[in-house]
Amino acid sequence: MPLNHTPIVQMEHVSFEYNSARVLDDINFTISAGEFVGIIGPNGSGKTTLLRLILGLLTPQEGSVLLFGKKSHLGQNAQEIGYIPQKVTQLETRFPITVEEVVALGRVSQRGLFRQLNFDDRQAITEALDLVQLTQQRGRLITDLSGGQQQRVFIAKALATRPKVLILDEPTVGVDIESQEKFYQLLAQLNKEHGLTIIIVSHDIDVVVNEVSTVLCVNKTLIYDGTPKEFIKEDYIEKLYGKGRRFILHNH
Amino acid sequence: MLDIFQYSFMVRAFIAGSMIGVIAPLIGTFLVAKRYSLMADSLAHVSLAGVALGLLLGIYPVYTAIAVSIFTSIVIEQLRTKYKVSGEIALAMFLSGGLAIAIVLIGLGKGFSVDLFSYLFGSITTVQTIDLWIIGTLGLIILSVVWLFYKELLYLSFDEEAAQVSGIPTKTLNLVLMILTALTVSLAMRVVGTLLIGALMVIPVVTAMQFRQSFKKTILTAILLSLFSVITGLFASYYFNLAAGGIIVVIALGLFGGSTLFAKKMIK
Repeated sequence: MPLNHTPIVQMEHVSFEYNSARVLDDINFTISAGEFVGIIGPNGSGKTTLLRLILGLLTPQEGSVLLFGKKSHLGQNAQEIGYIPQKVTQLETRFPITVEEVVALGRVSQRGLFRQLNFDDRQAITEALDLVQLTQQRGRLITDLSGGQQQRVFIAKALATRPKVLILDEPTVGVDIESQEKFYQLLAQLNKEHGLTIIIVSHDIDVVVNEVSTVLCVNKTLIYDGTPKEFIKEDYIEKLYGKGRRFILHNH
Repeated sequence: MLDIFQYSFMVRAFIAGSMIGVIAPLIGTFLVAKRYSLMADSLAHVSLAGVALGLLLGIYPVYTAIAVSIFTSIVIEQLRTKYKVSGEIALAMFLSGGLAIAIVLIGLGKGFSVDLFSYLFGSITTVQTIDLWIIGTLGLIILSVVWLFYKELLYLSFDEEAAQVSGIPTKTLNLVLMILTALTVSLAMRVVGTLLIGALMVIPVVTAMQFRQSFKKTILTAILLSLFSVITGLFASYYFNLAAGGIIVVIALGLFGGSTLFAKKMIK
């Protein structure tokens, strides 16, 4: 894995409150280029808040969030970030938009206002569709596709930006098991072959610890920051979820 | 030449109707996509208060309708973003609020109830040359704004949060869309009337969506359907002596009914 230790995300003493209820308390970590990071934690642990802080959708009351070494501002690093929201379940079932039109939205941040899509954009769109193997479906409505295919459309949309980092929020919600496996294979491929830094938020600990290189476990505070192997060895999971849950680490 | 075009008032009606026929579903597509279709109706009722105000003050009512509805669209957006008032609540407040103010103003100036009636239900055959200029100028502005910000507006409608992350100033753009809606509603008032504007902005779009095409083609189809409704509606109103605004919307509804049958056949 091409780890060159260029910091992508740096959180320094970050605390966040919703209506004076503290959701995150004194969070510190660094995500370097080339890492495949899984942010996990139980429901209400603040993991989605953490993601929104990284994206600049929220600003912390204390501490600082640095993206590519600069304070995270909305839209500032838009060309470096491929954001994949938790979308499949929320997709408006009648929204008339084709696969290609969705992927083209990934080019908006590259173009700026008033600019129409050019040859370079078309190429980025074609490449992205190719990579997720949806070239055949480019003219179809996204709502006509299966959950797994829809998820790949959103990956393609993010890839069309030609980002340095992919940020995914609960990407496999509403996707069947078989598609989930393919989906994680695709992420691993993007991480290893294309050197993309990947940050994924998930409640699906079993799958995540088998795929990622780094686990960040949050529950208001940062409980764990390290390799998935260590995470499973120690009794973090019992601490978080109670006894009786077991995890099997597959060998890749 | 058809005798219908010998009357300059009918020619003006066709020109005004065609321009509205293009703009209304264009803006309507974004509203439907954002699940914001009620916005058009609310602003229409508010614009009625603007009409009443204009009649009371002796200002050309279209101007006051435009001013009042734009002002209200800004207030609604502020309420939504700053005070987290939900969209539906804001809309309910302004829909009845606009009508309430209109009624009070009507009561104040007893003499103009007939004029107001024509704005309620539309009176396309009384469209003046000045109306054509207003609709033409503002319509051109609406078209160019949508053309310039097309991909941003599409992104905003599809996924507001992702649009925000990609650097689009979503708050400003939401405001722009609301102002465009306010303008469209005020302009369409003369053609179909405040009570029926929502229908012209929404029905052709929903019909076009039956054909399951891309967003761009859906817009174009909606515009064609709406133009067809307006033009056949005007013919029908002239030859059969029907209320133009009403028959236009009835035809649009008929097209929707037909399309549901047609769409079923296509899927089978």
